[in-house]
Amino acid sequence: MSSQVLRFADWTSPVPPVRREVLSALPETAEDNPPVLFVPGLGHGAWAFAEHWLGHTASRGFAAHSVSPRANGSLRAYVHDVVQVAAGLPRQAVLVGHGAGALVVAHALARYPARAAVLAAPVPEGWSALGAALRANPLGTLPALIGAAPRLSRKQLFSAELAEADAYRAKLERTPAAIYRQVLFATPPAAPVGDPPTLVVGSPDDRVVPRKALDRTAARFGGAPLLFPGMAHDLMLDTNWREPIDAILDWLTKELAG
Amino acid sequence: MPDTPDIADRHDAVCVIGAGGSGLAAIKNLREQGFAVDCYERETSVGGAWNWRHDRSPVYASTHLISSRPLTEFPDFPMPDDWPDYPHHSKLLSYLERYAQHFGLGDSIWFGTEVVAVTPVGDGRWDVTTRSTGGGAERIQRYAAVVVANGHNWSPKPLPVDTSKYRGQVIHASAYKDPAQLRGRKVLVVGGGNTGCDIAVEAAQQASTVWHSTRRGYWYAPKYVFGRPADQVNDKMLQLRLPLWLRQWIYHRALRLTVGDITRYGLPEPDHRPYESHPVVNSQLVYYLGHGRITPVPDVTRLEGSTVELADGRRVEPDLVITATGYLPRFEFLAPELLDIDDDGKPDLHLHAFARKHPTLAVIGLVQPDAGLFPLAHWQSVAVARWLRLRATDPVRAAAVQQRESTRPLRSWTRLRVVPSSRHWFEVSHTSYLRTLEDLLKQLEPA
Ligand SMILES: Cc1cc2nc3c(=O)[nH]c(=O)nc-3n(C[C@H](O)[C@H](O)[C@H](O)COP(=O)(O)OP(=O)(O)OC[C@H]3O[C@@H](n4cnc5c(N)ncnc54)[C@H](O)[C@@H]3O)c2cc1C
Ligand SMILES: NC(=O)c1ccc[n+]([C@@H]2O[C@H](COP(=O)([O-])OP(=O)(O)OC[C@H]3O[C@@H](n4cnc5c(N)ncnc54)[C@H](OP(=O)(O)O)[C@@H]3O)[C@@H](O)[C@H]2O)c1
Repeated sequence: MSSQVLRFADWTSPVPPVRREVLSALPETAEDNPPVLFVPGLGHGAWAFAEHWLGHTASRGFAAHSVSPRANGSLRAYVHDVVQVAAGLPRQAVLVGHGAGALVVAHALARYPARAAVLAAPVPEGWSALGAALRANPLGTLPALIGAAPRLSRKQLFSAELAEADAYRAKLERTPAAIYRQVLFATPPAAPVGDPPTLVVGSPDDRVVPRKALDRTAARFGGAPLLFPGMAHDLMLDTNWREPIDAILDWLTKELAG
Repeated sequence: MPDTPDIADRHDAVCVIGAGGSGLAAIKNLREQGFAVDCYERETSVGGAWNWRHDRSPVYASTHLISSRPLTEFPDFPMPDDWPDYPHHSKLLSYLERYAQHFGLGDSIWFGTEVVAVTPVGDGRWDVTTRSTGGGAERIQRYAAVVVANGHNWSPKPLPVDTSKYRGQVIHASAYKDPAQLRGRKVLVVGGGNTGCDIAVEAAQQASTVWHSTRRGYWYAPKYVFGRPADQVNDKMLQLRLPLWLRQWIYHRALRLTVGDITRYGLPEPDHRPYESHPVVNSQLVYYLGHGRITPVPDVTRLEGSTVELADGRRVEPDLVITATGYLPRFEFLAPELLDIDDDGKPDLHLHAFARKHPTLAVIGLVQPDAGLFPLAHWQSVAVARWLRLRATDPVRAAAVQQRESTRPLRSWTRLRVVPSSRHWFEVSHTSYLRTLEDLLKQLEPA
C-alpha cells in the first residue's frame, strides 16, 4: 500500500487540472444538511444522476451535485476530481458512488474525511467483477480481455421494463479497457479517513455486481447491504429509482441525527 | 473533583491555543477522534499569520508562498487545483477560512480570548486561564489536555545593535506591510531569510537605493528549476531516496548552472552546504543584484547619527532600516520547564511536538520544514489526537508506545547538521519527519 503520509506522486507530479462537469440541484430553502456528491461509474456521466436523483435529493433538503469522470482520465485523476469537488463545497460532503464510481469513492474516502458515504451497486475489485460481467454479457466483455473497450449491454444495466433504456444506453461512453483494469485492479484503498458512516445498497438482481460481492463490500464497512430486489445495476435510472434514493436519504438523516 | 468553585471543569475536553493553520488542523483532528475541543484565539478571526488584518501578522502585501501548492495544502483538504503554483497570501487566508467553514470548526473557537496561563493540576489535567482581549475578568477552566498552536512567526527577533543614537527610521520586517513605505527612499534591509530577500526585491522595485545586509552567504534557490516548482523537483530526488551527499551535489550543480556564481555580485560564498540552513527561495534577488538595484553589504555593526556602519568598515546613510531578523517562539503562558525550554528560549520536545514530561501537553506547528508547514501540522495533530485517545482507552499500550518513542534517535526526525544560528534548532526535512510521524501513527492505530 502506498503511503498516505508521504505522497510523492502528488508532490512531484500533481494531477493536471481540467474543467470539470458538475451538475447540481439545490434545495429551495437553505437547510443545515451536508451537501451530497454523486459519483457515476465508468461510461456514465453526471447526467445519470441529474435524471432523477439530484432533483429528488434537493427536494428532500440536501444540496445535490454530481461530477462526470474526466475525459482521458485515470483512477488517480478520477479520485483527484472527486476530492477537489468535495473540498470545494461549503460543508463536509456525503459521497455517493455508483458502480465503478463506488470504487472511486472508496479511494477518495482515504483522502477526504467525508461526512458519510454510500456505495451503490459497488463494483467489486479484481476478478469477481470480470467474472460477473462475462456471465451476464460474454460478447460485450470478451473484447476487454484483449484490450478493447468493453460494451455494457442493455440487460446488464437496465431492467426490461425501462422505456428509456435505449436512450440511456446511447448516452453511455465507451471507456478503454485499460481504465477498467486500472480501476478494478488498483491496490485496494486505504481505510477511510475520519471514520465516516458508510452504507452499501444494491440489488440481488444486478447483473454487474453479484450478490456475494455486495455482502463482502458491506462487511468490510461493518454492515449488511440494503437490498432492492428486482432492480437492475443502474439503480438511479431504473423505473423504481425513487426507492433506493429515499432509503439512502432516510439512512443519512438518521446518521446525521445520531 | 472540582474543589474550587470558580474553576469550570471541562472534563475530557481538550484545549487548543490558537486558530491559525496549525490550531485549525488540531481542532479538526481532535474532533475526529471524538474529543470535545475549546480553542482560544486572541484575534477576532481564523488564519493566524496568513490573516493580514491581524496586527501581528508577518505578511506584507506582496507575500506569495515559497512552498508550492501541493506541498503546502492539508493532505485531506486540497487547495483548488486551478490555483497557481505559488498562491498569494490572500488566497491562503481564504483557504484557511474555507477549511474552518467546511469542517464547522467555528463552533469550537472562542475569538478575542487570550490564554494567559496554563498550569498542571496533577493527573495530567490542566487549568487554563483566559482573558477577553476586550478587557474583563479572567476565567479558569480545567481540561484533560492542552494543544499549543500559537505560531512562531509573530514576535520579532530584536537586532542586537544599539539604535538609540540613530536618527533614521528602524522598523522590524513585521511592521513592513506596503511598498509605499519604500517608495523613493534609501533603504537598508538586514537579514538573508525569505523575508529579508522578499523585501530587498520589493525595495529594488520601489526605493531609490537598496542595501541588503547579510551576515553569511546563502544558497538562493529559484522558484522554478527545469520548468517545475523547485520543491517538486527536490522531492523527486527524495522519492528516489538519493543520499544526502548526492542531493547536495545535484543542488549545487543545478544552482551553478542556472543561477550561476553569486560571488560575482559581491555576495559571500555560502559558509555551509545545501540543506544545512532553512531554504531561501527567491528568483528575483539575484536578478536585481545583476541589475545593480541591490547592493549587497555585510553585517551591521553600529547605528549612529545618520550613518550605519558595516562589518567591512563601509558606511551607508539609509533613510529606513528594515530588520528582517526573523521571529522568536514565545510561550509566556507556560512555565518554561513544562516544555523543557532552555536559556535561549528553545523548547526541547519529542518530535518537536510532545512535551517530554507531560503526556497531555503538545505543540503543533513548531517546526521549520523544507516544504509547506500544513502537511506536517496535520499529521502532528492526528498523532497527538490518536495518542490522547490511546492513552485514555489503552494505557498499557500507550505506555509501550511511549517507551519505544523514548529510544527513537534524534537524527531520524530533526536536522542535526545545520548552520549554528539561533533559528535552526527546529529545522526538519519534511520527508524524514513525516516518515517518523507515519511510523508513530501506525503504533497509535486503534487495535
Ligand atoms: C512572510 C511569511 C511567509 C511564509 N510562507 C510560507 C510558505 O510559503 N509555506 C509555508 O508552509 N509556511 C510559510 N510561512 C510559515 C507560516 O508561519 C505558516 O504557514 C503558518 O502560518 C503557521 O501557522 P500556525 O497556526 O502554526 O501559526 P500562526 O499562523 O502564527 O497562528 C497562531 C495563532 O495563535 C494565536 N495565539 C498566539 N498566542 C495566543 C494566546 N496566548 N492565546 C490565544 N491565541 C494565541 C495567534 O493569534 C494566531 O492566530 C510563512 C511565514 C511568513 C512569516
Ligand atoms: N515568501 C514566503 O513564503 C516567505 C517569506 C518570508 C518568510 N517566510 C518564512 O517565514 C519564516 C521566517 O522567515 P524570516 O526570513 O522572517 O526569518 P529567518 O528565516 O529567521 O531569517 C532571519 C535572517 O536574519 C538574519 N539575522 C538574524 N539575526 C540577525 C542579527 N542579529 N544580525 C544580522 N542578521 C541576523 C539571519 O541570519 P542567520 O543565517 O545567521 O541566521 C537570517 O538571514 C521562515 O520559515 C520563512 O521561510 C516565507
